[in-house]
Amino acid sequence: MELDPKRYAGKRLLRREIPLSTNALREALQHQHFKQIPTLRKEKSSMYCNRCNATLPHLQNIDCQICGSKHLYCRNCIQMGRVSFCETFYEWAGPEPDWHIHDNPCAWEGELTRHQQIAADAIDQTMKQNGKLLVHAVCGAGKTEMLFQGITTSLQQGKRICLATPRADVVRELLPRFQQAFPTVSVQALYGGSPDKTGDGQLILATTHQLLRFYHAFDVLIIDEIDAFPFHADPMLHVASEKAKKPTCASIFLTATPRQKEKRQIAAKTLPHVFVPVRFHGQPLPVPASKLCFGMHKQLRKGTFPKGLLHWFNNRRNPTRQVLVFLPTVVLADTLQDEAMEVLRPSAQKILPKREAETLIRTVYAADKDREAKVQAFRNREIAIILTTTILERGVTFPSVDVAILDAAHDVFDEAALVQIAGRAGRSPADPTGEVVFFHEGRSDAMDKAVRAIQDMNRRAKRL
Amino acid sequence: MLEKNISLYSYEPFMQDYIARWKYRGDYVLGKVFEAEFRKLYHQHFQDSKYEVVPIPLSAERMADRGFNQAGELAAFTRAKQKDVLGRKHGEKQSKRSRLHRMTAENPFHLLSEPPKYAVLIDDIYTTGTTLRHAAQVLQENGTDFVAACTLIRG
Ligand SMILES: [Zn+2]
Repeated sequence: MELDPKRYAGKRLLRREIPLSTNALREALQHQHFKQIPTLRKEKSSMYCNRCNATLPHLQNIDCQICGSKHLYCRNCIQMGRVSFCETFYEWAGPEPDWHIHDNPCAWEGELTRHQQIAADAIDQTMKQNGKLLVHAVCGAGKTEMLFQGITTSLQQGKRICLATPRADVVRELLPRFQQAFPTVSVQALYGGSPDKTGDGQLILATTHQLLRFYHAFDVLIIDEIDAFPFHADPMLHVASEKAKKPTCASIFLTATPRQKEKRQIAAKTLPHVFVPVRFHGQPLPVPASKLCFGMHKQLRKGTFPKGLLHWFNNRRNPTRQVLVFLPTVVLADTLQDEAMEVLRPSAQKILPKREAETLIRTVYAADKDREAKVQAFRNREIAIILTTTILERGVTFPSVDVAILDAAHDVFDEAALVQIAGRAGRSPADPTGEVVFFHEGRSDAMDKAVRAIQDMNRRAKRL
Repeated sequence: MLEKNISLYSYEPFMQDYIARWKYRGDYVLGKVFEAEFRKLYHQHFQDSKYEVVPIPLSAERMADRGFNQAGELAAFTRAKQKDVLGRKHGEKQSKRSRLHRMTAENPFHLLSEPPKYAVLIDDIYTTGTTLRHAAQVLQENGTDFVAACTLIRG
């Protein structure tokens, strides 16, 4: 039986991930199309998971009825299928797949700004030389388009490429853009519950968790939002991204808000970087305003909005812009929902006068089953106002919104989160400004730092 | 046919996620948190040592995939005398069938060895009760006088 190398190469798979009969797999092993790799390994008297590198306490005992003994399994990466001591991984050892060499894969005909072009050239060079590059680009710089040139070159060399990003929302948003830009290339999106599961595309868009399935797969790995939860907090994802690369591989890291670690690497010149301080439409980033609202915490607990917020709603410079209201917790979003329907309704009707009033205001949170549909409805201008937690802070883009952050001094809003949230406003060239307001009852350090960081970007952009 | 069924919890969304991770993802250690409570529940209702626990089995195929049977785990938690006397035919996933289909489906269980006189069936979830009734039927047709059930969750 002929097996397709594209389907299996660059992965370490568990038995249940291989759709072959027992006989077919036995035959493939005899032909050395697969080799078996232990699922766990011992190193200096400790055991480690060969998929995610976790050790104790993530490895726990199971009384296994398959082999009839008690042995370890990995809890750390269990959401990708259980890695258990008595099983093995199957690694492709057959012929290397021939990834297509594309003559002219890119159908995107837009133009890059001067700053985007500088970054695009640096990305292209890095991909050619299998190097590393940090791209520090402000929210709205148009980083996806900056990648197209390098990806085109890589596809012309028959390389395999992966773009990994922390959120499934973003993968879903990117898929049609990449399919349009590279219509002849097999582009696949992988996230928990995605329709595509095989992962045999030449250009893969994936959540960072999905990288765990791959082993020595990619010639080019682009990691989006390198500073974002969960990538910077979760060492497993770091391991996953390292293992997904081929031994020779280009790494591109994208961020709008570098963390201390990246800032140090930039300063020490240990990580090459390129900086794009200007949005693609050339307008400065909206600088957040602050509104002090005494008694806000008490009011929020009681399920009412501070007067300052209502005043702002009624006096916005452009009352037809949609609004994102960020809240620190899901519980709060829940408490405020009814009140929002009542007191924000007049504003919502000004935003979308032709729509039914009942559906104009919605809450969206991380575990929301209808999240995808609501985000899409907001983008289609069917919803006027969204109340949300920090979950919509990154990546997800809407052309023309104002942004309010309630209780902006709350711990969940760190500097990066606030910069990202502010970056949701003013994305459209047709409406390149937008209001961002921090409602608070006492400023936090993070608020001050975020405002300073945004002002600093705008100053640097002006100097160019 | 079932004398009674007792359960520890009702089916909250949180519980649903927890059980899914235990059972379908196979995160074995998650079962341990139920051990003390489940044993207590069992002994409150079935003090007499004449009762023996019979876990609802998995089909051989499903067992080969998961490596453990959550009902078997629960049965062991009771520390009562355990009789693995039931076998199960492999079928489609229960949760994928319609309710009507589940109610009328043929009995997937068969007897492996002699059943106890006083049996307490053990399972993780009690929803329509069809699974437990099928198991009870097999036991009763083969000489069991008393069948009750003790489940972790009532759906
Ligand atoms: Zn693991």
